[in-house]
Amino acid sequence: MESKDYLKDIAEIKNLMNKSSRFISLSGLSGILAGIYALIGAATAYWLVTTYSYGTLLLDGWVFRTCLVILAAVAFLSIVTAIILTTKKAKKNHEKIWDNTSKRLVFNFLIPLITGGLYILIILNQQKYGQAGALMLIFYGLSLVSASKYSLGDIRYLGLIEIVLGLICALFPGYGFWLWALGFGVMHIVYGTWMHFKYDKQ
Amino acid sequence: MSIITNINKVFDHRIRLGIMSILMVNEYADFNTLKELLDVTDGNLASHTKALEKADYISVEKQFIGRKPNTRYATTKLGRAEFKKHIDALEKLINKE
Repeated sequence: MESKDYLKDIAEIKNLMNKSSRFISLSGLSGILAGIYALIGAATAYWLVTTYSYGTLLLDGWVFRTCLVILAAVAFLSIVTAIILTTKKAKKNHEKIWDNTSKRLVFNFLIPLITGGLYILIILNQQKYGQAGALMLIFYGLSLVSASKYSLGDIRYLGLIEIVLGLICALFPGYGFWLWALGFGVMHIVYGTWMHFKYDKQ
Repeated sequence: MSIITNINKVFDHRIRLGIMSILMVNEYADFNTLKELLDVTDGNLASHTKALEKADYISVEKQFIGRKPNTRYATTKLGRAEFKKHIDALEKLINKE
């Protein structure tokens, strides 16, 4: 055998190891869009609060409730976009959208995310509002780190960045809004763009 | 010469190499998963898994999921060690030239 054949063997081994253990059809474009939704949502909330709440945010007022609705809408739109674009990309790659690799990915992503989501709901119910932004960033970051083992490894770094932003946010709750917009908006756009050019363009 | 001796004859086939690669990074894989990933026929895959099983490099577990028979494969300790040796030997061969 020539060394060329051995090289091909090694390449094939690497390819199969990745294909069988990682779901790699995540779409970078969906990250960009999620970031844009988050920024639009944040800007709308900012406008609402500065225009209508006269410096004090009433927690049972309509402004606060509208902010929660915006938050839910951003999350919902991001998830739907991610599912649609990822399905499209998986089809193009002739990869199944719902196989062992994607199941593992979703499962490992959701464990920290749902834990965090429930925890935030619980403390909001106990009238502890100050840390919600920090906790969202931290738990989302942990979800990404946990999911990165089952998808493109680069997601790990986005996760670590979100965790750091979350911890800074916990230290300076006054800047919570800006850190939230930075973590969920700007970082998604930056990362999505990077992933798009690294993987989608091929 | 010593490098050549580490090239394992049992692995010297694309499909067997593929089976081992998949099982190295997964706790286990069933027959259909292997078939799809490697894009081979039933008979072809069966003969290669049998060869690896015979060498004691993979273990086979047959069970039923509902009424459907399901065959799962996993690497053995010996299989993992031999595969690593094989990969090292391949790398050395490539680097030498």
